[in-house]
Amino acid sequence: MKFAVVVFPGSNCDHDAHYAAEHVLGQQAELVWHKDTSLRGADVVVLPGGFAHGDYLRTGAIARFSPIMQEVKTFAAAGGPVLGICNGFQVLLEAGLLPGAMLRNRDLRFHCEHVYVRVEHTDTPFTAACEPGRRLRIPIAHGEGNYFADPDVVERLERNRQVIFRYVDATGAVTDAANPNGSVNNIAGLCNERRNVVGLMPHPERACELAVGSADGLVLFESAVKAVAEGAFAAAR
Amino acid sequence: MTIPDQVLAQHGLKPDEYQRILEILGREPTLTELGVFSVMWSEHCSYKSSRVHLKTLPTTGTRVLQGPGENAGAVDIGGGLAAIFKIESHNHPSFIEPYQGAATGVGGIIRDIFTMNARPIALLNSLRFGSLEDPMVRRTMAGVVAGIAGYGNSIGIPTVGGEIGFDESYAGNPLVNVFCLGISKSDEIVRAVASGTGNPVYYVGAKTGRDGIHGATMASAEFDDTSAEKRPAVQVGDPFMEKLLLEACLEVMTTDALVGIQDMGAAGLTSSSCEMGSRGGAGVEIDVSLVPQRESGMTPYEIMLSESQERMLLVAKKGREAEVERVFEKWDLHAVRIGHVTDDGLLRVKNGKDVVAAIPARALAEDAPRYRRPMTEPAYLKEAQRLDLAALGAPAAPRDAFRRLLASPAIASKRWVYRQYDHMVRTNTLVLPGMGTGVVRVKGTNRAIAMSVDCSGRFVYLDPFAGAQLAVAEASRNVACAGALPIGATNNLNFGNPEKPEIMWQLARAVEGMGEACRALDIPITGGNVSLYNETDGRAILPTPVLGVVGVIENADAVLGRTFRSDGDAVVLLGESRDELGGSEYLYAIHRLTRGRPPVLDLEREAALQRLLVDAAASGLIRSAHDCSDGGLAITVAECCFDAALGVEIDIADVATEVTAFGDIATLFGESASRVVVSCDAARVEHLLAEASTAGVPAVRIGTVRGDRIRVSVAGRSVIDESVADAERVWATAIEGYFARARAIA
Repeated sequence: MKFAVVVFPGSNCDHDAHYAAEHVLGQQAELVWHKDTSLRGADVVVLPGGFAHGDYLRTGAIARFSPIMQEVKTFAAAGGPVLGICNGFQVLLEAGLLPGAMLRNRDLRFHCEHVYVRVEHTDTPFTAACEPGRRLRIPIAHGEGNYFADPDVVERLERNRQVIFRYVDATGAVTDAANPNGSVNNIAGLCNERRNVVGLMPHPERACELAVGSADGLVLFESAVKAVAEGAFAAAR
Repeated sequence: MTIPDQVLAQHGLKPDEYQRILEILGREPTLTELGVFSVMWSEHCSYKSSRVHLKTLPTTGTRVLQGPGENAGAVDIGGGLAAIFKIESHNHPSFIEPYQGAATGVGGIIRDIFTMNARPIALLNSLRFGSLEDPMVRRTMAGVVAGIAGYGNSIGIPTVGGEIGFDESYAGNPLVNVFCLGISKSDEIVRAVASGTGNPVYYVGAKTGRDGIHGATMASAEFDDTSAEKRPAVQVGDPFMEKLLLEACLEVMTTDALVGIQDMGAAGLTSSSCEMGSRGGAGVEIDVSLVPQRESGMTPYEIMLSESQERMLLVAKKGREAEVERVFEKWDLHAVRIGHVTDDGLLRVKNGKDVVAAIPARALAEDAPRYRRPMTEPAYLKEAQRLDLAALGAPAAPRDAFRRLLASPAIASKRWVYRQYDHMVRTNTLVLPGMGTGVVRVKGTNRAIAMSVDCSGRFVYLDPFAGAQLAVAEASRNVACAGALPIGATNNLNFGNPEKPEIMWQLARAVEGMGEACRALDIPITGGNVSLYNETDGRAILPTPVLGVVGVIENADAVLGRTFRSDGDAVVLLGESRDELGGSEYLYAIHRLTRGRPPVLDLEREAALQRLLVDAAASGLIRSAHDCSDGGLAITVAECCFDAALGVEIDIADVATEVTAFGDIATLFGESASRVVVSCDAARVEHLLAEASTAGVPAVRIGTVRGDRIRVSVAGRSVIDESVADAERVWATAIEGYFARARAIA
């Protein structure tokens, strides 16, 4: 199967996602330039981390106008699996593929460190290979990861089981101290109502090999392979 | 027209230098020419005070692919690959405007690396500030750290290590030295050369504005209380533009349509054009009216001297223009042809049809003035080297000293800083900050690269020759502690005003010491930077010649960190402890003293120690290694426990040579050189001691990794007994504490 990793001007985790999919997982992966108008038959689309268009104006605000985003929307609407990581998550929010917005971290500083997140639900293409409640140790690296949405939106997300990853401490408890950025309800990642589009602030592609500190993130990519193989999530072409 | 003395002074040119300009041109210079000479002959661009000394440094070796004089140095790391690296300072701008000063420092060094066709994969920084008690210093430090983070994080190059020092002398003159390393194919290195008459000269990147005019001249003068007025001379960085330039330039270089490329750093369009011409033995003709401009009404003088960021000058092969332009178009950048290479050796600047400057390129670059400035041994030296411990009264109790040193900003965890840097992007970081020497793997190979930047300004102040040697030894030792063979170095010489004979003496002696140490340890210096005039209101910084050393590990799986690995492992001290407290962090942190002589260094023994470390890491004999420096042995073993949730029990021999109250202090916190704390499987400790003996390295088992406390005895007497968790809390929260308190007050 094939991953497409979208490259916006200013993306800087594009090579990392590509490396994780191709070298660590052994799948096909292709970098797709933001001005392209085809996803080249990819089974899974990844919007990588970075600073698309310098994050000028607002994170992800300009990237949503890139030509490739029309294709990504079509792909998502057809049920295809889309993963937005960090800046990619921010782009998904701006593009309206996921609800809510990002504020600056509550201490106004950039944070790069390993955190724990808990997998809340496994019925998405990026958690299908997980057992529910599994704790993952994955790095974050962002200055604007403080997830915010109106209370009724948050309530709906919780009710619909759309919160997929939550910041927890080493024991798995949801605490304020374990929340690195001030996100409402410790939300680290979520999915759309159809459950095929997932965005998260932590970087699973940076946690795919023990040599670089953790291999806990690989399960997101393995999940995608599993989900596509089982046909549960595939873009209706 | 005769140029008034006042105008010369404004340009930082001395009367004899002006005479030389008249001789070179055979006429009076135009104002544009005067500006061009002024920046190119500034200390910052010409190295006029330091060059005669720098010439004595070792710069060649079997692995050196590119020595000093290019955008950056290059060493062979095997497998057809080269490590391209350099360190550069942005001290003066960072004092005036901390965020942008530091950010543009990062931007500048990254450009130096990718212009050589290397993909930048790691950043380090070496920073110096005044006391954190001072709110202005905290403001400067917070701004510098945020600036480095803002630029490096955005462009996506991890900051994997570095060092930070604190001393009052840096309060009005912080040091911001940034190191960058990239990887290139050895046979595809691109150089900053203009050649081939008629080849087009392109301008690429951000538009030119009035920012940063005379930045290089500013960096060549002392500061006083009017320095804040120099703010317009600091540039503003745009990391997004640089990211586009980085990707576009690396893509253009895959085409071989390029002859040479240089970034427009200090002295902007002026230095890039004349240096490229000078290196290629060619002339360059450019028309400033074609230069993309951000502001209206800019004069040729302003365009030539602007230091607007994120701009590159490149020379393409004639007939290949379309290929070059196509790549830049893809990245929404515009490559604008502003001139061509000529055969007359002149930098010729036109404004439309008018020639506004015509100067031999060599006269501006290679043939710039060089001075052998007068030197005298500083008056302070003899007195400062005298250390009378008895005059200090009673020493601190070992347990108190231990806790105070753990909380001393120089020793305390730098987590508050490195957490703001993206240190994991590119997924190559094998040793995270705070866990040991910065190490990144080289994808596509089994190799890894270790890097360290180091210098103790106190040691250099107390003995410039010995202090610089100790800086080389420490940086190199840190690299060896990761299991890497040190193969090359870059230096950043931060000193005061070289026109003062005492400062010049410090610089000359430091360079001598550095050269001798680099020769002994076989690490050639492939380039670097000199930052002089680091003075505010006539007070100079501690002389700070920072060394950046690069090493290669053949097997990335053998990389070592500093933390202990498992309960029951033996703890071994490699190297010899002496009764030495001179220049130590103990004296500074507890008694506010910078006195005495720095530790004795035997370079042969240092070399033997580093060879042993590399071999023992490769064979898997040792499981961790940590250099014993700031705070001595007691602090070093504590740091080995942190982040590992392991305790240690050690018993060390008394080093005191005479009976004084400071005996235990010297034993615990003395900073004798060439020492490393390693751990190994207890069953293999005899093997390790035998290997050390064969290598000629003193080695003794001092204890065992055990429990959850740090228990230290001197000659059987228990002197420190703390829980690891308590000690770690003191160490981990000290720097955060300064900034949290500051916020509570604000």
